[in-house]
Amino acid sequence: MYAATSVAGGLGTGLISFYIGIAITAALRAAFGYNAWDTDLNVTIGFVFGLIGWIMGIGAWGSWGREWFGMKTYARKAPGWQRYFTFCTDHKVIGIQYLVTFMIIFFMAGLLAMGIRTQLAQSDSTFLSNGQYNAVMSMHGIMMVAVAVAAVIGGFGNYAVPIMIGADDMAFPRLNALSFWLVPVTAVTLLTTPFLGGLDHGWTAYPPLSVFTNSSQTLFDLAIITFGLSSILSGLNFIVTIIYMRAPGMTWGKLPIFVWAMFTTAWLALLYTQGFAVALFMIVLSRVAGLSFFDAAKGGDPILYQHVFWFYSHPAVYIMVLPGLGVFLEVITHFSRKPLFAYKYAVGGFMGILGLSGVVWAHHMFTSGMPNYLHGPILVTTEMISIPTGLVFLSALGTIWMGKLWLRAPMLFALAVLVNFACGGVTGIFLADVPTDIHLHDTYFVVAHFHYTIVGGEIFALFAGIYFWFPKMTGRMYNERLAQIHFWWMFIAFNVTFFTMHWPGIEGMNRRISTYPHSLQAVNLFISISAFSLGASFIPFIWNMLYSWARGPVAGPNPWRARTLEWQVSSPPPLENFPTPPVVRDHPYDYGVPGSVHGLFPNAGAPAPAPAGGGGGGQ
Amino acid sequence: MAVAAPAAGHGHHVHPKRAAMNRVGLWLFFFSESIVFALLAMTRFYLKGIEIDKVDQALGLGITIILLASSVSAFTAETAIEHDRRTLASWGLFITIALGVLFAFGVAFEWYTAEFTKDSAFGTAFFTMTGMHAFHVISGVFMLGLVWAQLLRGRYSSKDHWPFSGIVMYWHFVDIVWVFFYPALYLVSTPK
Repeated sequence: MYAATSVAGGLGTGLISFYIGIAITAALRAAFGYNAWDTDLNVTIGFVFGLIGWIMGIGAWGSWGREWFGMKTYARKAPGWQRYFTFCTDHKVIGIQYLVTFMIIFFMAGLLAMGIRTQLAQSDSTFLSNGQYNAVMSMHGIMMVAVAVAAVIGGFGNYAVPIMIGADDMAFPRLNALSFWLVPVTAVTLLTTPFLGGLDHGWTAYPPLSVFTNSSQTLFDLAIITFGLSSILSGLNFIVTIIYMRAPGMTWGKLPIFVWAMFTTAWLALLYTQGFAVALFMIVLSRVAGLSFFDAAKGGDPILYQHVFWFYSHPAVYIMVLPGLGVFLEVITHFSRKPLFAYKYAVGGFMGILGLSGVVWAHHMFTSGMPNYLHGPILVTTEMISIPTGLVFLSALGTIWMGKLWLRAPMLFALAVLVNFACGGVTGIFLADVPTDIHLHDTYFVVAHFHYTIVGGEIFALFAGIYFWFPKMTGRMYNERLAQIHFWWMFIAFNVTFFTMHWPGIEGMNRRISTYPHSLQAVNLFISISAFSLGASFIPFIWNMLYSWARGPVAGPNPWRARTLEWQVSSPPPLENFPTPPVVRDHPYDYGVPGSVHGLFPNAGAPAPAPAGGGGGGQ
Repeated sequence: MAVAAPAAGHGHHVHPKRAAMNRVGLWLFFFSESIVFALLAMTRFYLKGIEIDKVDQALGLGITIILLASSVSAFTAETAIEHDRRTLASWGLFITIALGVLFAFGVAFEWYTAEFTKDSAFGTAFFTMTGMHAFHVISGVFMLGLVWAQLLRGRYSSKDHWPFSGIVMYWHFVDIVWVFFYPALYLVSTPK
């Protein structure tokens, strides 16, 4: 059993290293006359040891680490499904590893949301204690943020980008495997926080609370810094891959729009993720070494944290949304059977978002007490972001216009993105404007707004992508009827839940608090019932995925008759993707343009499997 | 060194642009790291403006010279291996490692003798910035040691020396960070 030995090896070396780290720290502390046990310090050092041990044990030692000491490397050649449990460098394996891992985290975090709504169904509920509520709410937040950051990038980015540009793998395959195998550490560390007291500060971890609270905070910091490292390394990998690994003829003007979205996202991840890491690093130093970044009595300033934190965490929403918008445009053009409208403007939109995202962070801080002179400029830059976002919408609407829409599940989810993200954009204006934000800040209006943008925008795009690429990844077709049930159920339940949520927000109901005024009882009960329905809408999805992966009808190489390169190879594609290297001639989305061919295989003996449909309706 | 890796896994053919990819990957890594350092420097100016507490100017100048000199020896080593002059390369690496260790001890001495404590904003910023930088110096020394050990065992030549060049690039990067940190911590104003 390769899978069992691989994972057991990783866990074993990881745990042993963790305890060695703790023991060394304790011994050194005792030797220098301190109390041997300091939870924060010992756990921090132990974590670093354990992280290295786990990565080496899972397979990085054999295929990478030995090289540093001049020894021969080797890789476990595990067969079939067991590859998914080894340090496998195949980008398709890593893509599926990411996707499955984050779907599991998504459903766990979703169950936590059910807990939150159970508590909030009644104004004086005692379902959760205040401490438990804080822990559940914080875990829901950070786990969903992780899903939003990494599910589309790690899943579809890894799976689809190299095939779409005609490459055989990512530029740094071992780095790619490393990026993935950091994720389980993050997940496990976050899941152990309840044993050290439970988080109580939301996902944002503002000081001074996060400096003085229980030791679960340290685990949280370490987990997220690790996750940031994973994010930065995969961003770097995508940039180099997209610059250097494109097939002959795949010029920048012919890149599929999803690849463009991933390219801009990768820059965001590379340039901004440090903000979260540095902010949390300062908290670790404050807790472990007693530094006084945030202690006003010693010359520190808690607002400093918010600046550094939001310097990442606003661009982070574009790290979440941009790849989602890429999937969205990709699906819209394939299922409208038309060339993508205003392709260059859409790319310009992505670039504009990349440029502007770094100068809007302080709109999260209008009520924090930062200097007043920042309010005006940040208001203006924030509202300016609607211009590049508008270009992306222009592209989508122009593509749908007069198209022959093929309303299969991926397209339905993509169209839902259009509706939901527009709603999130409109409510965003009220939060970007200082006067309205001062009233709405920290209320359920904000909760409704960011669920519309992130869930409505990105998670719907995630499901669009899952249904779109499912036949490519598994070689089997999902059940369309179940998928349509899932779509309509999820779309309606989502909108009922979160559209209603604006109202208690405007009434002033504070987010992150386990109780609320009795007068808002009825509307909250309604929201809770809708939220349970939203939660239940994933049951047909899970069944559909599991059943179709095992027993679904064989899909064939190109069930959507799409033109991009990933559909020109078998499903799932062979190792290294292309039996003969592709050459790109025309634009990927020239549906209905006579004589246009995107991918050619000049050295192949036989013509490429299932040439893409030139035009016409999809039915 | 995370990004200094040739193609792994399937490995039966090497991408024609592999060398350029490695270099760009490493540069992107530096770009990304420089933002960490920039944020820490920003923290220092945010909390304390350009105010400087009592730092040891002589020691600061001394360790700066040591670190800059180590970049010269690292460059000598890299140029030497590019011309297959293994003995010179080996000495270059040895001197670089020695100067790096000396720098780390200099920082440790500075920490030990500092007149300010971590209980002030300047002390917090000073210990964080020098500590983060020293961590990079120490990790650089460790990686230089790995490369040196392999050089002594006969690896690397003018045709195959990417890990060697990669770590020397890293060493220059760590050096350049100090070129910004030194004035930010020692020179931006006259101590009170």
